[in-house]
Amino acid sequence: MKYFYVGAAPDVDGQVLTAVRERMAREFRVPVRELELPRIEFALDPGRRQYGSIPVLEMLARVCPADGLKLLAVTEGDLFIPVLTFVYGHAQLGGQVAVMSLARLRQEFYGLPPDRETFIERALKEALHEAGHTFGLVHCADRSCAMTLGTNIRQVDAKRAAFCASCAAYLQRRNREGALRLRES
Amino acid sequence: MKTHWQILVVDDEEVMCESLAAWLREDGYQVDTAASGREAVEKARERDYAIYFVDLKMPGGMDGIETMMQVRRLHPDASIIIITAYATVDTAITAMKEGAQEYIVKPCNPEEISLLVNRIIKVKNLQRENTILRKKLSRQYSFHDVISKNSKMRDVLRLAQEISGLRSTVLIQGESGTGKEMVARAIHQAGDRAAKPFVAVSCAALAETLLESELFGHEKGAFTGASQQKPGKFEMADGGTIFLDEIGDISSKLQVDLLRVLQERCFYRVGGSEEVRIDCRVIAATHVNLQEAVAAGTFRDDLFYRLNVIQIRIPPLRDRREDIPLLARHFLERLSHELGKEVGDLSEGALQVLIDYNWPGNVRELENALERAIVTCRGRELTEENFSFLVENSRGPRRLEIPAGMSLAEMEKLLIVETLQRANGNIKESAAILGIDRSTLYEKIKKYEIPR
Repeated sequence: MKYFYVGAAPDVDGQVLTAVRERMAREFRVPVRELELPRIEFALDPGRRQYGSIPVLEMLARVCPADGLKLLAVTEGDLFIPVLTFVYGHAQLGGQVAVMSLARLRQEFYGLPPDRETFIERALKEALHEAGHTFGLVHCADRSCAMTLGTNIRQVDAKRAAFCASCAAYLQRRNREGALRLRES
Repeated sequence: MKTHWQILVVDDEEVMCESLAAWLREDGYQVDTAASGREAVEKARERDYAIYFVDLKMPGGMDGIETMMQVRRLHPDASIIIITAYATVDTAITAMKEGAQEYIVKPCNPEEISLLVNRIIKVKNLQRENTILRKKLSRQYSFHDVISKNSKMRDVLRLAQEISGLRSTVLIQGESGTGKEMVARAIHQAGDRAAKPFVAVSCAALAETLLESELFGHEKGAFTGASQQKPGKFEMADGGTIFLDEIGDISSKLQVDLLRVLQERCFYRVGGSEEVRIDCRVIAATHVNLQEAVAAGTFRDDLFYRLNVIQIRIPPLRDRREDIPLLARHFLERLSHELGKEVGDLSEGALQVLIDYNWPGNVRELENALERAIVTCRGRELTEENFSFLVENSRGPRRLEIPAGMSLAEMEKLLIVETLQRANGNIKESAAILGIDRSTLYEKIKKYEIPR
């Protein structure tokens, strides 16, 4: 049996983690487990005061359990890749691990009053987006699809916490092929 | 579609290279990486990438600017984005001057980079679509390299297609530069003689005796300097087509010889006694009105009728202005490639100048104008300024510049050349302007070897 792991350090918002786990189970129809992860201070760039997503992905690849189909880490830290000022998340395309950040999903980050519902909705969109990449999905041209590229919070808000018909069909096809491969082996 | 476009990320810092590549792959692009300028150039040799992200500072003797210059030599249309962590105005200016499409400072906003890539890909998609459409259009309006959408010219090309399979003699009439030889070649290429030679002879370019030997060849010892037998153009064109340009300019003696070839399909080499039989199609061309020449007694009527079996009249460019944009773009594409210049487009203003101009020298003048404009163009688009010489040409009567030390004969030649140009090569009109009769003008044209 393979599991979809949702991992986080103890400081991460528990309500969000529950919502993400439920959504992953429903969306990808796989059993979901939680995994406690270490804090990601090792990835901190003191100059940028942000966390490098590449060392985080490397750590995740090392700690992913043997029965892990995928491992999606959720962090409070603001993530970056060297060439960009920030990323909402980072995944191994068609790989096993991904990480998403909650830092820029809260209204407070933009100087606005807290809005719990919006925050959780955004987190679900990003969780679907990064998990989608690990299943091989690339950015989608459909602006309402969870797989569309969101480079600012307006674009994140404009998409839905769901895959478009085309991306959903791709995932279904992959699921069928995966199940077939498992039966054959 | 993004997947068609390939991107190369060039950076000596692996983490930088791989993270940008991964980010772009998530966006659906096919991305390769190179760890140095040299590796990038090697990869560019193997594959034509749509976009190159090149780090400015790289060790190993080849920095981003040098890499960009070498890549651009291989792929002039490649879009190159220079990335740097050290933003200075000087480096930005250098990068843009050397042809970088964009210059970004890392770390850059994901929105900025996403918009940038989308914009470049959008332009590339449009360019590709444009190229495909132009090719389609060019095929629609062309017949063996003769391009036109003018109804009269389309009739000419239709006739050329219809008669391409026949052996009948063709007489092509049209002003200088209208493309008479192009039409003759098209007839040859479209017919079943295409695999055989097409031999073109300019009858106006050679003196009578030379032309005779050129056309019919000569035997060894036929004249001083004829050290060995030489086949003439008619023999060289055996099985194919001979194109006799400026047929109106040949002497009375040659007119008789040519008539015999057309009637009997045989001739004697100069100084020879052995009859040479040939099977070649004759296409003749002239910019003078042969009927007028017949009436004036300067051209044999029997030869005229022999030549005039199928007559094709090519309209001057000023009577088919709708072809100007089509031809201009065709020449731009070909010449910019031949001249090694990256001039890819014509501004609306430039096109209007070309459409408004009178083109006394017809398509040949248009081609020359495009060449001159491309050579002097400093940008990637030809504008009205690049064609300012045409505007000057078309303004009123031109002043003749007569440098001191010029002989009377040279001055006369210059005046005749200028008058012929102004009258679009029309002999009658030129003779009237100069106040001499046409035969005198013909004599002077011949004497001064003025090309028409």
